[in-house]
Amino acid sequence: MTSKTALHAKHLEAGAKMVDFFGWEMPISYGSQMEEHHAVRQDAGMFDVSHMTIVDVTGKQAQAYLRYLLANDVAKLKDKGKALYSGMLNEEGGVVDDLIVYHFDDTNYRLVVNSATREKDMNWLLAKAEGFAVTITEKSDFAMIAVQGPKAKEKAATLFSAAQKEAVEGMKPFFGVQAEDLFIATTGYTGEAGYEIMVPKARAGQFWQELLEAGVKPCGLGARDTLRLEAGMNLYGQDMDETVSPLAANMGWTITWEPADRDFVGRGALEQQKEQGTDKLVGLVMKEKGVLRAGQKVKTENGEGITTSGTFSPTLGHAIAMARIPAGSPDTVEVEMRKKWVTVDVVKPSFVRNGKSVL
Amino acid sequence: MSNIPNDLRYAATHEWVRPESDGVFTVGISEHAQELLGDMVFVDLPDEGDKVSTGDDVAVAESVKAASDVYTPLTGEIIAVNEELEDSPELVNSDPYGDGWLFKIKADDPNEVESLMNAEGYKASIDEE
Repeated sequence: MTSKTALHAKHLEAGAKMVDFFGWEMPISYGSQMEEHHAVRQDAGMFDVSHMTIVDVTGKQAQAYLRYLLANDVAKLKDKGKALYSGMLNEEGGVVDDLIVYHFDDTNYRLVVNSATREKDMNWLLAKAEGFAVTITEKSDFAMIAVQGPKAKEKAATLFSAAQKEAVEGMKPFFGVQAEDLFIATTGYTGEAGYEIMVPKARAGQFWQELLEAGVKPCGLGARDTLRLEAGMNLYGQDMDETVSPLAANMGWTITWEPADRDFVGRGALEQQKEQGTDKLVGLVMKEKGVLRAGQKVKTENGEGITTSGTFSPTLGHAIAMARIPAGSPDTVEVEMRKKWVTVDVVKPSFVRNGKSVL
Repeated sequence: MSNIPNDLRYAATHEWVRPESDGVFTVGISEHAQELLGDMVFVDLPDEGDKVSTGDDVAVAESVKAASDVYTPLTGEIIAVNEELEDSPELVNSDPYGDGWLFKIKADDPNEVESLMNAEGYKASIDEE
């Protein structure tokens, strides 16, 4: 039995090709994945991300709980609405999930976690809450739409009320604000400007329709994947999982080590990993014909690795990938592609930002 | 439902074959196949002069989503390849039975084409998938 989002009928109406995405029936594309990708890089596209899980964490000890739960430190969040990206680790220092946490005040936070890991995450959140005065509430009354691209904000704003326009006026990246019936956040998964908007389910279909009429192109999971990979953003379950250290997943920047006396889940294991050294997640670029794919073997001067994600980059016109390889900084590595070993360049795992190559 | 022209023959692996003259056949992939693969980004074609046998993997159609082998539906010699695909692989998506053809083969036995499915047979084989 697959779940359907509040926008399911709109996807069918638009002729989407639907796939089973971890129990959710979601659009993979509405025609050409490539055109959808370019719409987000050059204009404005929208994604149904209602399958993601929204969880509110409230209560006297909400901050203390999240400082224990997450490798990043929510105590850094001072401004109302400021968001933070973090890994949620297990005791072995593996990644249970990655998430975004919005801070409203020290007793009131909102998390957005992955859909594929919903049940596991909810169990984890509840198990770790033992002994803390917090309330954990899954919010299932919202649909969520990501509107992304250089013209995304301008086009989305045509749907906003005066109060909503005022609420988002001058809002910096990585903030969220509740404005009347909408929760509007300057976050995303594409490397472009835009909003992720939580809209009450009852209004979702109409909201989607109005975005369509404002000239925002519907985009599926296919384009979402090529966009996030170009932007160098990890996909949970692919670029990292419970067996992978955040240090080996380009998530070192999301670990807040200071203050040293903050105990968070996985800290002990992580400190050990740091001392011993871990694999590294790097970017790969191949300009010859062919496409890098997830799961290909990688040979380096320091040992073997594996590609964790790979695709043809529609913006760059050649293949890109992320790979987990032994520590060291080789300029090139070899990747096994269809029984041949091909030499490819190693770069930082980030390829495109705001429509432009960063290579 | 995708388009399956009646004047072509088909292999179960989604290649189509169009008889030209003198035992020469044009080969491409069906509209259904390109729909499954999605936006094409590279097409790796055989070399002219290659001698190939039915079922050999002779080309690779690589889309954003996946790489897929293309098998020759006939035994013979590759006498031409569609060089337009080098710069415009998307022709396989936009015109799979026309400008998106892959290669031409001179069949050792032109009658071999009779062993391939007709449009009706191919449609039935897709419906079973």
